[in-house]
Amino acid sequence: MEIPYTVSTRPDTGLWNAKVGIWLFLASEVMLFGGLFSAYIFLRLDAPPGMWPHGLLNVPVGTMNTAILILSSVTVVLAWAALKMRRYRAYWWYMLATILCGVIFLTVKLVYEWPQKFDHFGAYIKPEALGKYEQYLGNKHAAAKDLPPRLEITGHLHNRAALNDPKIKEYEVALDPLNADPTNPAMDRPHFFPLPVTDKIAKIEKEDVQRATMFLPTHSAYFASYFTITGLHGMHVLGGVLVFIYMWLPVSKKLYQRNPEHLANRVEVAGLFWHFVDLIWIFVFPLFYLL
Amino acid sequence: MNNPPDISQDPSEHEEYAHNVQKHVRGYLIVGALLLAFTAITVALSYVDFGARKANIAVAMLVATLKAGLVAAIFMHLAAEKRLIYRILIFTGFFVLGLFWLIFLAWYDYPVFR
Repeated sequence: MEIPYTVSTRPDTGLWNAKVGIWLFLASEVMLFGGLFSAYIFLRLDAPPGMWPHGLLNVPVGTMNTAILILSSVTVVLAWAALKMRRYRAYWWYMLATILCGVIFLTVKLVYEWPQKFDHFGAYIKPEALGKYEQYLGNKHAAAKDLPPRLEITGHLHNRAALNDPKIKEYEVALDPLNADPTNPAMDRPHFFPLPVTDKIAKIEKEDVQRATMFLPTHSAYFASYFTITGLHGMHVLGGVLVFIYMWLPVSKKLYQRNPEHLANRVEVAGLFWHFVDLIWIFVFPLFYLL
Repeated sequence: MNNPPDISQDPSEHEEYAHNVQKHVRGYLIVGALLLAFTAITVALSYVDFGARKANIAVAMLVATLKAGLVAAIFMHLAAEKRLIYRILIFTGFFVLGLFWLIFLAWYDYPVFR
């Protein structure tokens, strides 16, 4: 039996069925991401001063990924338009461009951005020990400038064994520029281009540390929500890419030859999903990278 | 059940149809360029001090909402869609606003001194 209303419109809805289906699905997706975004808002509102990090992500890379996702949204809609105009060749190329954009986006996230975070270290200092590390934190300078208090020392952990070995009593950290030169006014606000870790080493005693981890979800509410939301978003990108690959392969050319409008409608529906994924990223990018 | 293509098989009519789609293509390209421009603006504005962090967040969310509106209206064809889709979205809007409203209920209910 053939599936009804894949191309012709159903009289009572005025739409072909998949269109209704994808919008119902997107409605449920809005609730899924809505729940996560409301968790983000709540965690952020609730974070004590100094406990919501700022400027830890790579803004140029994030901007590039945003541009790639926007570009792929354009190419997918052009792919659909090409099918509507019955230009299969053009469709094939636009679809390939969309797939490549999706793959680049995921590669940047999984091969570059995430592993860089896993490789970075942060130690929250106990409130009573903050004075002892004033040379790295510059809290007097921060207070004078009305900046949030600095509670964490970040950088590259030289003795990784210290994370698990209770016999090692201190962390040796190659400091991030902010902690290397905390009273420098240039460090008051994050930079567009991230500054590299300095070769200045600080020794932080474990008994002065409240919590010390790599930049993993366990690091803070910020990184927990960052990895959860970008992870779920990344899975959506992956899903979209897989569907697009199917629509780009020769199997779909057979459908095109049989009923071109059916393939056009399939692309439109997958495109709606893809635009939705782009739309989520439009909010994720400023919330995590910029603000 | 048959699924006839919704494009007329008459070649002259199809040409006119293709011409209409062609007109939309330019619109898609313009929207794409606008989205890229707004992305650059969002990044630039995040380095401008609007006095308070809250003001910066408000500005960034405003630009993001504008971008999302463009994507939804043009790329997702919501500017001209059938009534049933709008009905689905009204329900979605209602429930998602309810979800965000719960944050504020929880916020005032939370027994922590702030």
